[in-house]
Order: sequence, then structure tokens, then C-alpha cells
Amino acid sequence: MDAEAAKLIGAGLAAIGAGLAAGGVGNVFGSFLQGALRNPAAADGQQGRLFIGFAAAELLGLLAFVVAMILIFVA
Amino acid sequence: MASEGGKIDPMHQFMIEPIVPLNLAGYDISFTNSSLFMILVMATIWVFMLGGMKRQMVPGRWQAAVEGVNGFVNDMVSTSVGPEGKKYVPLVFSLFMFILVANFMGMMPFGIVPGGHAFTVTSHLTVTAVLAILSFGTVLVVGFWKHKLHFFSLFVPHGTPWWLMWLIPFIELFSFLIRPFSLALRLFVAMTAGHVLMKVLAGFVINGLNADAAWVAPVVSLPAFILMIGITMLELLVCAIQAYVFALLTSLYINDAVNLH
Repeated sequence: MDAEAAKLIGAGLAAIGAGLAAGGVGNVFGSFLQGALRNPAAADGQQGRLFIGFAAAELLGLLAFVVAMILIFVA
Repeated sequence: MASEGGKIDPMHQFMIEPIVPLNLAGYDISFTNSSLFMILVMATIWVFMLGGMKRQMVPGRWQAAVEGVNGFVNDMVSTSVGPEGKKYVPLVFSLFMFILVANFMGMMPFGIVPGGHAFTVTSHLTVTAVLAILSFGTVLVVGFWKHKLHFFSLFVPHGTPWWLMWLIPFIELFSFLIRPFSLALRLFVAMTAGHVLMKVLAGFVINGLNADAAWVAPVVSLPAFILMIGITMLELLVCAIQAYVFALLTSLYINDAVNLH
């Protein structure tokens, strides 16, 4: 296979990681809502933890984007 | 920016161009568009804060806005660090305000001024890395100052069984050392990705309008334009969330340094 083509295929495969991270972020917010609707009084106190979970899940998706960008522009 | 042949170059917006070329002892210290936007950000924060720090008994709208932002950061730090966190509010507040205003400044439509071009300061790893080093360095200095060498007990969580002592401290050390990288990378990539996405969509709109076939404009440009409005809203949300996450994680890390585990 041509090296340039392999790079672009690799960048495309890295986009799968971004999609999976979308699932992770959705899971964080979905689970938070589930808990928050059961006990709305406790929900406000947990907002910080919600965003920590969101940040951790999102970071891994952003890493997939970095891999794609490195493959396209740097490698 | 659509360049030659209608090909979209979404990375052009991150170019650093010197406005006033300067050279000092062989080092390039030019006044660039990045510096210009940092000064704009500083001036905006300055005006915002000065306008609201009148200390009136009954706050006006402006003072209420400043007090709202300050109270927000104050609450965040005091819930994660506790009563000792009062000292670190100015640091976290400065980081939060700088990142927030820099993110928003990059979203402003400066392009409508001829020759103008918005530049996102936080879309460069060099800038976000310095911010992350500020946050991480504070944790190191405060931790070693307060607890001396006892600070290393951070790497041994309470209740670690003795037969895991060969593994847990290394995992904790690794997760501690990766913090500045994750802080810097998250902000930089979130900003870069958002701006690339918006530029690509803008390229669809412009190229669709310029296409030879008449049917392309309503079929391609119009949906892309509507999608772009939505994406812009999402980007504004991301700008605020990234500033909040940076400030929140900084206050959590300071909590580690002040209270250990």
C-alpha cells in the first residue's frame, strides 16, 4: 500500500476513537441525569464530579483527534 | 480560508504572523497576532474588573456580574479545597478568566473588519502548556512547602494493602505526572478541533456559493450554514466548559497539595 494512503486510512480509523468517546460522554451525562432525577436534592452538589467525569471521557476522544492530526500533518 | 483551486485550508487560521518584527540577541521576539490577542484579552478582563470593583453597598448590574463570576470561582475552590482554599482563589480566578476570555475572543467575528482575523490564543500548545505548568508548579511548591517530604505520601492512598505496595505508588506517580500534559492537551485540542470543524463547514458554504452548477448552493450551502449556526452555539458552550474544567481540575489538584489524601 502507498504510504500516503496508509496514513489517511490510519487517520480515518482514529476517528472511531472520537465516536467511542462520544458514547462515553453521553454515558456520563445520561447516568448523571438518571441519578439526578431520582434524587434532585443531591444533584447540585455533584456537578463538580459530573464535569470531572466529562473531562476524563472527553480527553480520550481528543487524543484520538490528536492521533489523526499527527498522521495527516506530521507523520 | 479557501485557498487556490477552492481547496479548504482549515489550519491557516492557527498561523502566527509577526505584526512588529523584533529581534533580540538572535531570538525572534516579534509582536505577533498571538501577542495582540493576549493583550486584547488582558484589556477586556481589566475593563470588566475595573468597571465592577466599585464596592457599592447596593451593586449595580456591572458589579453584580463581577461578583457573580467571583462568587462562582470562590464556591468552586472552597467546595474542593475547604476553608484553606481562600488563598488560592486569585490564582484560579485569573486562570479561569484568562482562558474563558481567550476562548471567547477567538470566536468573535473579527473577520468582518477587512484584513481582520480572529486568533484563538488557547489553540496553541505553548500557551496552554504554560498555563498548565502554572497550575502544576503551584501544586508542587505548595505541597513541598506545607508537607516537606511527607508530600510523597500522596502516592500511597489510605488503605493500600501491603502486597500492592510495589504497584500502587507507581500508578499514582504516573497519574500525578501526567496531569500537566492532560490539562494542556485538553484545552489546546478542544479549541483546535472546534475551530477546524467550523472552518471546514464555512468552506462548504463558500465553495457551494461559488460553484458553477446553480443547484449546489441551496442543496449544500444552506444546510451547511444552518449546521454551522448550531456548531457555533456548541463551540461557545465548549469554550465555557473548557475554562470551567481547567479551573475545577486546578482547584482539585491544589486540594491534593493542601490536604494530601
